[in-house]
Amino acid sequence: MTKNVLLTGIGGQGTITASKLLTIGLMSAGYDVKMSEVHGMSQREGQVLTHLRYGDKVYSPVVPMGEADIIMGFEELEVLRNIDYLKPDGVVVLNTARFNPIGVLSGKDTYPENTKELIEKRAGKVYSFDATAEAQKLGNPKVMNIILLGTIIKSMQLEDIDWDKIIEENVKPQFVELNKEALKIGKSLV
Amino acid sequence: MKKLMTGDEAIARGVFEAGVKFAAAYPGTPSTEILENLSEIDREYLVAEWAPNEKVALESAIGASVAGARSFASMKHVGLNVAADPFFTASYSGVNGGLVLITADEPGQFSSQNEQDNRNMARAAFVPMFEPADSQECKDMVKEAYKISEEHDTPVILRMTTRVCHSKGLVEIEEREEVGIKKWEKQPLKYVMVPANAKVRKQHVFKRMNDLKEFSNNCKWNFAEYYDTKIGVVVSGDCYLYAKEVFGEEASYLKVGFSNPLPDELFKDFAAKVDMIYVIEENDPIMETHLKSLGIECHGKDVFPSHGEMIPEVIRKSIKGEEIPIFDEAKDVMINRAPTFCAGCPHRGFFYTLGKRKGIMISGDIGCYTLGYGAPYNAMDMTLCMGASISMGHGAAQVFSMDEEQDVRVVSVIGDSTFFHSGINSLFDVIYNNSNTVTCILDNRITGMTGQQQNPGTGFTAQGQETNEIDIEGLVRAMGVKNIRRINPNNLDEVNEALDWALALDEPSVIITWWPCALKVQSEEDKKNFPGSFQNKYRVDQDICIGCKKCTTTGCPAISFDKEKRKSSIDINKCVGCSVCAQVCPVKAIGKVGE
Ligand SMILES: Cc1ncc(C[n+]2csc(CCOP(=O)(O)OP(=O)(O)O)c2C)c(N)n1
Ligand code: SF4
Ligand code: SF4
Repeated sequence: MTKNVLLTGIGGQGTITASKLLTIGLMSAGYDVKMSEVHGMSQREGQVLTHLRYGDKVYSPVVPMGEADIIMGFEELEVLRNIDYLKPDGVVVLNTARFNPIGVLSGKDTYPENTKELIEKRAGKVYSFDATAEAQKLGNPKVMNIILLGTIIKSMQLEDIDWDKIIEENVKPQFVELNKEALKIGKSLV
Repeated sequence: MKKLMTGDEAIARGVFEAGVKFAAAYPGTPSTEILENLSEIDREYLVAEWAPNEKVALESAIGASVAGARSFASMKHVGLNVAADPFFTASYSGVNGGLVLITADEPGQFSSQNEQDNRNMARAAFVPMFEPADSQECKDMVKEAYKISEEHDTPVILRMTTRVCHSKGLVEIEEREEVGIKKWEKQPLKYVMVPANAKVRKQHVFKRMNDLKEFSNNCKWNFAEYYDTKIGVVVSGDCYLYAKEVFGEEASYLKVGFSNPLPDELFKDFAAKVDMIYVIEENDPIMETHLKSLGIECHGKDVFPSHGEMIPEVIRKSIKGEEIPIFDEAKDVMINRAPTFCAGCPHRGFFYTLGKRKGIMISGDIGCYTLGYGAPYNAMDMTLCMGASISMGHGAAQVFSMDEEQDVRVVSVIGDSTFFHSGINSLFDVIYNNSNTVTCILDNRITGMTGQQQNPGTGFTAQGQETNEIDIEGLVRAMGVKNIRRINPNNLDEVNEALDWALALDEPSVIITWWPCALKVQSEEDKKNFPGSFQNKYRVDQDICIGCKKCTTTGCPAISFDKEKRKSSIDINKCVGCSVCAQVCPVKAIGKVGE
């Protein structure tokens, strides 16, 4: 059975590192993995959408619409934008910290108030929390991505994989402890 | 050892393993990362260069091949239009060291101005083509392509697509094969393409394509897989993966990985064994038309769309009418996340000012600065292809100057990389044929749009060596432009004055804006040229702000407007201190932090 994961967020939020660690972990567990990334242009703060699929043998690198088992959501609006990818009973791990698009910043558009409610209405299960604030508590807002990764790992029952080791081998030494801590927090939020 | 690689990384790895000595490219999504990866390889193995455009990239690779080295060029699909001239004739002259090039097509047009299908180009030029489906095939096919190139004395082209370039899959890593450099011998009959020689070489081209038919029918890249034979699916490239996802073992497959020339015998054999055929190919009905020319009945574009990717949901919808349920409530509230100039982008001040002008036609080009087209700047009236701003602008200016009814002047805007690419030829036209267009070269010291590539004006090579730097101002002067100004685009008064000055002239003029891209990692020279750049922060004094929203019309993502408080504020973490907002504030509410 192929499992489908979708990561959605904004450039610079660490989606790439999160998907990289997740992929390395899945590979170490012997899965075939395929991944596909669609990003906006080169300017800062563009949309990023990463498709990740794993199983015994994976053909297509794209998650078919309506078949994502889980969405790892770095930003509410981007989750809602891509919600049609989710299975009816699919899971969303949601960072509730918002990242305003330019239209909202300039006062032209209004950020939809009920994004979270709509996501909850459409998804099978939603784990939502302010991952950015949680990361801030650890002293570094950047590890927001690793907190979300922890939640994903737990909710997808991938805990048999030695994630601490994967962090040790792939993260700069000075950030290893911080990342491990962030992962633990993410797991505890399920 | 297996490694997870994108298609682009796998191509670069394959090029390395094939013993290639020379690679050249011009950046273009989704092919850019191929040369970026090659540029990390040591020069003792391989020279990797950014060329000023695709034609030059291919021509330098052709020269390297004639000199005896395995050589390589890569480009996005529209890049092959620019390189079409050498491409079509190198097909005749052939190779000494193997020559492979990449076209990265864009079904779905994620970041391109059109959706052309370059399988047509391979056929029109009689150049053998591979179409990899995943990263492993990218590497394997590029290596095989070098063999074909040398055995059949031909350039070989690989057609990638955005999805193949940017998807990751596991790839088996192998050693580099050192093939060395072949001896160069004078062979003017082969390499001097005057008509008499080219006519003879054309016979070689026909023979080679004929010989390759046998290869196409028997090679491992084209194969049939039989499961249920009620449906047969003919696929090329990544469509194979999507089709497998949809049909699994409920259909049989004929996968075409080597697609020029096509495997006629395999098609006939397959057609005899399956009840009906679907041809699933991205963009044009090339295999479909071919099957029909062989008398094989099939479904293709009567069922599937001629544009976009043939991803599983598209196939399902086309064949089975399955619609994806849409969550309408999300659609109802959804707002756009439009791309914008980065905070501190040097294009902001320029376009903010230019967009306020009346009575001008703005002829645009391709790069980050194309964002000047949209709100809040609305400062672009046409954009077509790289380099066209200046020449389209010239044509328009010639007409406006004949027409007494319309009082319109033309301002052409173009980036530094785009100017070197082909804009320079267009400027020759302006100077030679003497139109009064105002040419604005937006020199942000890097190629921004495709992700920070060096170019002939930046002083560094792709592989990071310091090199000769072409000075645009000196160049333009030498070309014969008498009226030149170099300005700081962050200084709105300076931009306005320069535009006033240029528009008052009735002869060619060039304005060069000179400030680095906000994302550029500055060189020592940049630090000297732009002292203090990107060091400051600005803030809005909440007591002075009158809530007029003027600063938000600069489109800077560091500025936000609070609708309740009716005040603007600046995100200190995003602001890089370009001062544009401070210049537009009518009540001087915005000032430098610490002043
Ligand atoms: C023929 C062709 N080749 C490549 C591209 C891809 N491309 C689009 S914009 C661009 C570079 C723009 O750089 P520059 O002119 O310096 O402007 P900047 O983005 O830095 O503002 C490239 C390479 C293209 N669209 N067409
Ligand atoms: S990448 Fe550079 S040129 Fe492009 S929008 Fe950002 S600052 Fe401007
Ligand atoms: S000075 Fe103003 S316009 Fe420039 S980066 Fe800062 S907030 Fe944006």
